[in-house]
Amino acid sequence: MTLTDLTLTEARDGLRQRRFSSRELTEAHLAAIEALNPRLNAFITVTAERARTQADAADAAFARGDAGPLAGLPIAIKDLFCTKGVRTTAGSDILGPFVPPYESTVSGNLLRDGAVMLGKANMDEFAMGSSNMTSAYGAVENPWKRRQDREAVLVPGGSSGGSAASVAARLALGATATDTGGSIRQPASFCGIAGIKPTYGRCSRWGIVAFASSLDQAGPVARTVRDCAALLRSMAGHDARDSTSVDCPVPDYEAACSRGVKGLRIGVPREYRADGMPGEIDTLWQQGLAWLRDAGAETIDVSLPHTKYGLATYYIVAPAECSSNLARYDGVRFGLREGAEDLTDLYERTRARGFGAEVKRRVLIGTYVLSAGYYDAYYLKAQKVRALILRDFTDAFQRVDALLTPTAPSAAFAQGENMDDPIKMYLNDVFTVPASMAGVPGMSVPGGLDANGLPLGLQVIGRPFDEETVFAVAAAIERAAGFSHRPAIRAGNGA
Amino acid sequence: MSYTIEGSTGSWEVVIGLEVHAQVISRAKLFSGAATDFGAAPNTQVSFVDAAFPGMLPVINRECVAQAVRTGLGLAAHINMVSRFDRKNYFYADLPAGYQISQYAHPIVGAGTIEIELADGSTRAIGVTRLHLEQDAGKSLHDQHPSLSYIDLNRAGVALMEIVSEPDLRSPEEAGAYLRKLRTILRYLGTCDGNMEEGSMRADVNVSVRPHGAPFRTRCEVKNVNSVRFVMQAIEAEARRQIEVWEAGGTVEQETRLFDAARGSTRSMRSKEDAHDYRYFPDPDLLPLVLDEAWVAELEAGLPELPDARRRRFIAQYGLPAYDSGVLVAEQATADYYETVAKGRDAKLAANYVMGDLFAALNRTGRGIGDSPVSADALGALLDLLADATINGRIAKEVFEAMVETGEHPAAIVDRQGLRQVTDAGAIDAAVERVLAANADKVGEYRGGREKLFGFFVGQVMKAMAGKGNPGLVNAALRKHLGETGE
Repeated sequence: MTLTDLTLTEARDGLRQRRFSSRELTEAHLAAIEALNPRLNAFITVTAERARTQADAADAAFARGDAGPLAGLPIAIKDLFCTKGVRTTAGSDILGPFVPPYESTVSGNLLRDGAVMLGKANMDEFAMGSSNMTSAYGAVENPWKRRQDREAVLVPGGSSGGSAASVAARLALGATATDTGGSIRQPASFCGIAGIKPTYGRCSRWGIVAFASSLDQAGPVARTVRDCAALLRSMAGHDARDSTSVDCPVPDYEAACSRGVKGLRIGVPREYRADGMPGEIDTLWQQGLAWLRDAGAETIDVSLPHTKYGLATYYIVAPAECSSNLARYDGVRFGLREGAEDLTDLYERTRARGFGAEVKRRVLIGTYVLSAGYYDAYYLKAQKVRALILRDFTDAFQRVDALLTPTAPSAAFAQGENMDDPIKMYLNDVFTVPASMAGVPGMSVPGGLDANGLPLGLQVIGRPFDEETVFAVAAAIERAAGFSHRPAIRAGNGA
Repeated sequence: MSYTIEGSTGSWEVVIGLEVHAQVISRAKLFSGAATDFGAAPNTQVSFVDAAFPGMLPVINRECVAQAVRTGLGLAAHINMVSRFDRKNYFYADLPAGYQISQYAHPIVGAGTIEIELADGSTRAIGVTRLHLEQDAGKSLHDQHPSLSYIDLNRAGVALMEIVSEPDLRSPEEAGAYLRKLRTILRYLGTCDGNMEEGSMRADVNVSVRPHGAPFRTRCEVKNVNSVRFVMQAIEAEARRQIEVWEAGGTVEQETRLFDAARGSTRSMRSKEDAHDYRYFPDPDLLPLVLDEAWVAELEAGLPELPDARRRRFIAQYGLPAYDSGVLVAEQATADYYETVAKGRDAKLAANYVMGDLFAALNRTGRGIGDSPVSADALGALLDLLADATINGRIAKEVFEAMVETGEHPAAIVDRQGLRQVTDAGAIDAAVERVLAANADKVGEYRGGREKLFGFFVGQVMKAMAGKGNPGLVNAALRKHLGETGE
C-alpha cells in the first residue's frame, strides 16, 4: 500500500482503523514533497516540523479516542489563507516576510478538526491569474504530461495552481483553495482532480487575503468528490467576523455524494460553447450528459442569455474591488517597504517593486472603472449586468436542479502559451466566471482525457446553498467516468 | 435686521453651510472591537481590523448605529430604514486600508431640522440635509522625529457622525448658534460629548457671498475648524476675502481652505483641480444596513426630553422668560440642577440664584455645574430659609458666599453666625429710634419732602441691626416713626 495514493477519505478510514499512523502518513507526504517540490514548486513554504507535531497530536487523539473528523490528514493550505505564525505571501513580493498573528477562519476550522498542515501552496499573485505564472515565487509545474510532447512544461491552471498540483502529484491528500472567477475549478480541471467553489457566503472570508470581496470564496480541491465533501464540511460555517458569511446549517455533504441523480433535471446551457473550443471538450460534455441520463436524470436544454457578458463584467467588478482591497499594501505597517524620500515616493517605490505586472494591470483597470466620469459606464453598468446574470441562473433553476457545462475551454496549456495577450488568458475563465458572478456553487470533476492524455473537467453548477445536489451530480459523473488516470509526475514516480 | 457685509460696491449677504463631524460615544469602534478612550498611549487601541491587516473584515457595531438613529430622531430627521456603506478611496499614511468606510449615496439619516435662538430673541429653523456614519482616520505625528512621521492609529476606525446642514445660515452668529445648539442636542442625547478641544466635534465650513437676493455663488470649504469662536471668525474672514475678490473683478474658485486662527485669515489648501477622485463604491465587505421598525421605535421611546421641549416646558411650568429658559436648558446638568432647586419653591427666584449667584461662583472658582461647590439641595435649603423668613434676602447672599467657601449647609452657617433675622418689634423700634435720633437733620429734610432719604434710613437701621432686621418690619417701623402710617 502506497500511503500517498490513498484518497483523503480512504486515509481517514485507515487512520481510524489504526492501520497506519498519522505520523507515517505525514512522513510519506513530506518525503514526496521533498522529492518533487523542487521540480513542481507547488509549495512556497513547507512546514514539516509543524506537520509532524500535528500528526503526533492526531495520533495521540486517536489513542485517546477523541480524534476530530479530519484528524491526522495531511493537506496543503493555499498561501492566501493567513496562518498564525507561518509566513503568508499571497504569491506576492509585497507581503515580504509577513507572518500573520492570526489564523484564518477556514484554516482554523480544518486545524480544529485535526487536519495536518504540510505547508503553504503556491498560487498566482493575489489570486490573479489562470496559470500560476504570476506568482512571485515562480511558476508551478502541472504534474501531467502531453503524450506527444513530453518536454513541454504545462501550467496547473490558477490561481490555486499549487493546491491543485500538490494534490494531483500526491504531495497532499487535499488542499484549500479559493475561487474568485474560476480559481478552484479551472486548476482542478487542468490537474485531473475535483474542486468545489461553494455558494458565496458558505465559507468565511475572514483571514483570507482579499482579491475581490464580492466574489472571493474558499473551497477544497481533492482527488475525489467525496474527499471534497469531507473537507468542505469542516471548512464551511457561519462566522460573525465576516458580515457576508451566511448563517445556515452545514449539511452532511458526504451523504449527498451517495444520493444518486435519479429524477434530477439537469440543465444544458446552450451558451456554453466557446468559439474555437476543441471538439473533444464538447464530446466529453455530451458524454457527461449521457452518463447522467443513464443514472436516471433528465437533461433539459436551458438558456443563460447573459453568459456572453460574464467575462466582461467580471473584468470590471473584480479589478474595481481589487484596486481598493490592495490599497493597504503601502509599505507603512507590514510587508515590503522601499526606502523613500517622502510618503508619495514610499507608495510608488513600494508598490512598483512589490506588485507584479498582472496585479498592476488589474489595479489600474479597477482604478479606471471607478473614476469619476467612468463609474456609471463601467462599474454601475457591470453591477446591473451582474444582476441579470444572477437572474439567468434563478430562472434556469426554476426548471432544473443543476447545470452541467465544461469547466474550461481547453486542457492545460504550456508555460509561455497565452502569455502574449492578457485577454487570451482571461478567456480561460469563460465557463467559470458566470457562477462566480451569480454567487452560486460550482464544482469541477474529472471526466476524461483529451487526445494528448490531459485531463478535462466537467462543471456542475447548483442552486445557492444547495451544494448537496452539486455533490450528488458530480459523484454520479465520477462513478460513471471511472477516472483512474494518474499524472506522470507523482509521489513514487518522479519521472 | 439681517447680517450683511458692506463692500465698496454694495452690501453682501453671506451664505453658510456646516458639515460637523461628531465622534460617536461608544465603547468600541465602528467596525472593530477596539476601545475608543481619549488620551491613551499611541497605538494601544488598535485591532488588526483598524490596522487593515490582510484578510481582516469590518463588522458593524450595533451601538454606533443606535447612536446615529438616536441623533437622527433628536434632529427630527427622517430615519432611512435601509442605508449602505461605501468606500472612499485615497492614500494617506494614517488611513490604513487606503479607504475610509463611509455612507456616500445612502446615509442612515435624511432631512431634519435644528431650531436656533438668536440674541434678539428670534428663532430660526435650519435645515439638516443628512447624517451619515463613517470611520475616523488615525493621526500623523510630524513632530516626533527630525525626518520621519509617526502614526497613531488609536483614532482609526472610531465612529463619526457627519451632520450636514443646508446652506441656510446667514451670519457668523447664526453659525455659532447652530453649532452650540447641535452640541447641546448631542449632549442631551448622549451620542457625542461635543468636546471641540479634544476634537470630538469638528466643523467644515462652506461659505459663499452674494449681493442681496442674487443667486448662490461659488463656495469655498474651510476645513477642520475646531471651536465655535474660530468658526465664526473663519466665516467673517472668508466672506471678506471673497467679497474682495468679486469686487476686484475676479472670480472665486471652488477650493478647500484652512483657517489660520493666529492670523485671522484663511489660506488655500487645495484647488478643485487637485481635488481627490475618491472612487466611491459600495463596500463589498458589508451588507446593506437594514433597520428594524420596532428597534427604532424602542430607541425613540428611550430618548430624553430634548432642549427645545424642555425650554418650552420651563416657560410654561415655571413661568420663566424665554431667555432664562434658554440659558438654563443649554446644558442638561444645569437644567437638572435648576429643576431640583425650583421644585416646590419660587421658580423665578431659583432661576435668579442659579443664573446669577451660582454661575458667578462657578466662574470665579473655575468649576462646572457637575462639581459645583453648592449642591442643588443646599441651594434649595437656602431658598427655604428665605421663604420661611428665617433670613432676609441680603443675609441670604452672604450665606450663599459662605456656602461657596465652606460647602456647609445654609442652616448651619445661619446658626453658627447668628444670622437669623430679627422680627422682634421692640428691637426694631429701638434701632429705628436710635437711627432717627442720630440723624435728626436728615429727618428734617425727609419731612421737608426729600422722600428719597427713606432708603438711607432703611440702610442705617439694617446696619445698626447687623443686617438681620426683617425688611418688611423695618420699613413699617420707619414709616410709623417718621409720621407716616402708610399710604
